[in-house]
Amino acid sequence: MSTISDSQDKTTVATGDIYALARHYRFQWEDAQQCYVLLFPEGMIKLNGGAGEVIKRVDGQRTVGEIVSDTQQAFPDVADLESDIIAMLDLAIEKAWLEKRN
Amino acid sequence: MSAQVQNNGVAASKTNTQPLWLLAEVTYRCPLHCAFCYNPTDYDKHTKNELSTEQWIQALRDARKLGALQLGISGGEPLLRDDIEEIVAEAGRLGYYTNLITSGVGLTEKRISAFKEGGLDHIQLSMHDITEEINNFITNTRTFELKKKVAAMIKDHGYPMVLNVVIHRYNIKHIKEILEMAEALGADFVELANTQYYGWSLVNRSQLMPTKEQIDEAEAVTNEFRKKVGNKMKIYFVVPDYFSERPKKCMNGWGEVFMIVTANGDVLPCHSARVLPDMTFPNVKANGLKWVWEESPAFNKYRGDDWMKEPCRSCDEKEKDLGGCRCQAFLLSGDAEAADPVCTKSPHRHLIDEAIANAQKPHLQAQPIFFRNDKNSRKLIEGENRELVEEFHALP
Repeated sequence: MSTISDSQDKTTVATGDIYALARHYRFQWEDAQQCYVLLFPEGMIKLNGGAGEVIKRVDGQRTVGEIVSDTQQAFPDVADLESDIIAMLDLAIEKAWLEKRN
Repeated sequence: MSAQVQNNGVAASKTNTQPLWLLAEVTYRCPLHCAFCYNPTDYDKHTKNELSTEQWIQALRDARKLGALQLGISGGEPLLRDDIEEIVAEAGRLGYYTNLITSGVGLTEKRISAFKEGGLDHIQLSMHDITEEINNFITNTRTFELKKKVAAMIKDHGYPMVLNVVIHRYNIKHIKEILEMAEALGADFVELANTQYYGWSLVNRSQLMPTKEQIDEAEAVTNEFRKKVGNKMKIYFVVPDYFSERPKKCMNGWGEVFMIVTANGDVLPCHSARVLPDMTFPNVKANGLKWVWEESPAFNKYRGDDWMKEPCRSCDEKEKDLGGCRCQAFLLSGDAEAADPVCTKSPHRHLIDEAIANAQKPHLQAQPIFFRNDKNSRKLIEGENRELVEEFHALP
């Protein structure tokens, strides 16, 4: 019944940054959709395979650098993974899905 | 690699729909009497045949199997039922992201603790104004102080605080003060929902509608405020469609992502679908939700765009809004398959312009508000006050 508009600010990640899911956000695997989802008040985001793999590793412990190397190890055949991961994290921060922890 | 960003989760095609959002309108009973309520004006018919706790639990289980994720527990005032704790706990076990949508009346320390234990994710509290006078006037109740207490309680229990403020002529000049109040209360999300005209708000349209200038000003104030608070408080501004040139993509498309189970078990693709003519809506007492979603004639009636007529059918923007809102088309034009009259390509756009003009006429503005209450609902059901509803095609 509604049209929704909102706005965000730009940011970018550094290798040593540590992030966690923002307060009140929930990340879970959905069988019915066969993908990970992010749930929050008034919204949900379906994350495609790659995006889900990145957000899964954002746990408030690992640095961005560790998330990159961990994902690269899990998907050794994918080229240019690092820039994709950084872009994904930038997007997630811009959307305020993630909070900085250090 | 990119996130498939789907604010509200728009499904890709007709064959790929899922009821990601489930709204449980568990009761139409309500201690408030808001002039802008979107509930059906004949809601009094549905207050004595509510679903049982077991029937709600079954509906939650069935919808979850279909992929439902976001659950809103709404009404009326859901807290008038004493089994919300059980419903919340089941929703928690099933993995829903659960939202209690409440006026705050009936929320106690004991209940809010039980909800937390059951896994309730957030509480959306309705607020009306910064002034006690307007809060009490528009809701026709004395609830101003209570709402502030409830807001503090929500915060104390660690819930995200989501404030919903329906915007109309009486509070639109106070947007800045309302946002300041929200910030002071520690709100995480604020939804400024401009009144849309369905149900009771349609009856009271001339009394509630602000001017275009007021809305533009309100949006500018909101944007200013967003810059100041940043991501600390997320502010949604729900655009009022009467002042747009194109209609909203209502419910993100009929039977695309939303499913509503009403107090008596009727299953609807949108809040006000029961106003539409020649429709039989399924009911959870008789129909499984899988059949309802996938097979029922009601849910398939306006899926996709096969049903469209001109000017929608050949319109190059039809995918953007899917012809707008079926209920609004019917309520205003008498034709459920017409283009939403909000669209400037619609032959019925003059109805919207007239409504906007009428809302500036002092004698129409000054009509008494017809408040949402059981007595007024019964009057409309019994055919009294015809003058209030005659121009709208579906009100009883």
